[in-house]
Amino acid sequence: MVRAIYAFVAGSLFGVGLLVSGMTDTTRVQGWLDVFGAWDPTLAFVLGGAILPMAVAWRVAARRRAPALGGAFPPAPEPKLGHNLVLGSVLFGAGWGLAGLCPGPAMASLTWGGTGGLVFLAAMAAGMLVTPGLRSRIDRLAAA
Amino acid sequence: MIEAEWIWGFAGGLLIGCAAAMFLLVNGRIMGASGILGGLIDRSGWGSAAERGAFVAGLVLVPGVMAYAFVPGVSTHITSNLGVIVAAGLLVGIGTRLANGCTSGHGVCGIARLSLRGIVATVIYLLAGGVAVVLFRHLLGVI
Repeated sequence: MVRAIYAFVAGSLFGVGLLVSGMTDTTRVQGWLDVFGAWDPTLAFVLGGAILPMAVAWRVAARRRAPALGGAFPPAPEPKLGHNLVLGSVLFGAGWGLAGLCPGPAMASLTWGGTGGLVFLAAMAAGMLVTPGLRSRIDRLAAA
Repeated sequence: MIEAEWIWGFAGGLLIGCAAAMFLLVNGRIMGASGILGGLIDRSGWGSAAERGAFVAGLVLVPGVMAYAFVPGVSTHITSNLGVIVAAGLLVGIGTRLANGCTSGHGVCGIARLSLRGIVATVIYLLAGGVAVVLFRHLLGVI
């Protein structure tokens, strides 16, 4: 229960940050990706602003034995890149450019995103549902 | 010239980073939107379903209230072309789960700990996004 309460607070803070920063506005996101159009650098400030506190948090975590609510910190990042990281990032980037929404902002804007937002979220959920099956096929192809 | 949008962007970014920092130091989790939702959808994360569900509830409800209360005429300005929206949603859903992360997990949390996977993923999806906008906006005129 306590974990859920803190998770709710983190999700709320994340969502408000996405709204304030402009990440839920697809024209701003596409303006950032559109380097040959009227380029909008705002997202660089968003990413920079987000990385700063998180970089501090990783340093603090390295000095602590466990998170405040117990359990363990996430393991060190996997050093191997792998084909799924590359292929997945290409597909994700293409979809992000096409519609201007990534998963966090798609959820944060659910209440005001209209039909388009709902359809996007449904398609994204469908994509997430089929990915485990797709991943094992891709891995078999890559191993062959 | 510093634009007001940049300051809002930076301030919002700080909030995002503080949310991620809190989720790590308190709950011990990496704040990745696609992983938190995806684990609920494909059932791989049902062991922590309450924590994930609460995160998603906060992420949906609180910005919703804030937007209606403080942002008159709030809009995502998403395209009205449903074909484009479905294609984009599928690509984002499959891509983020295959890559095991999106803008928050790889972009914010990964880069902040100088993870090679996070940095490589971010460079690739930024490039792919740029190519998609150039292709579909300037060459094909779809978006």
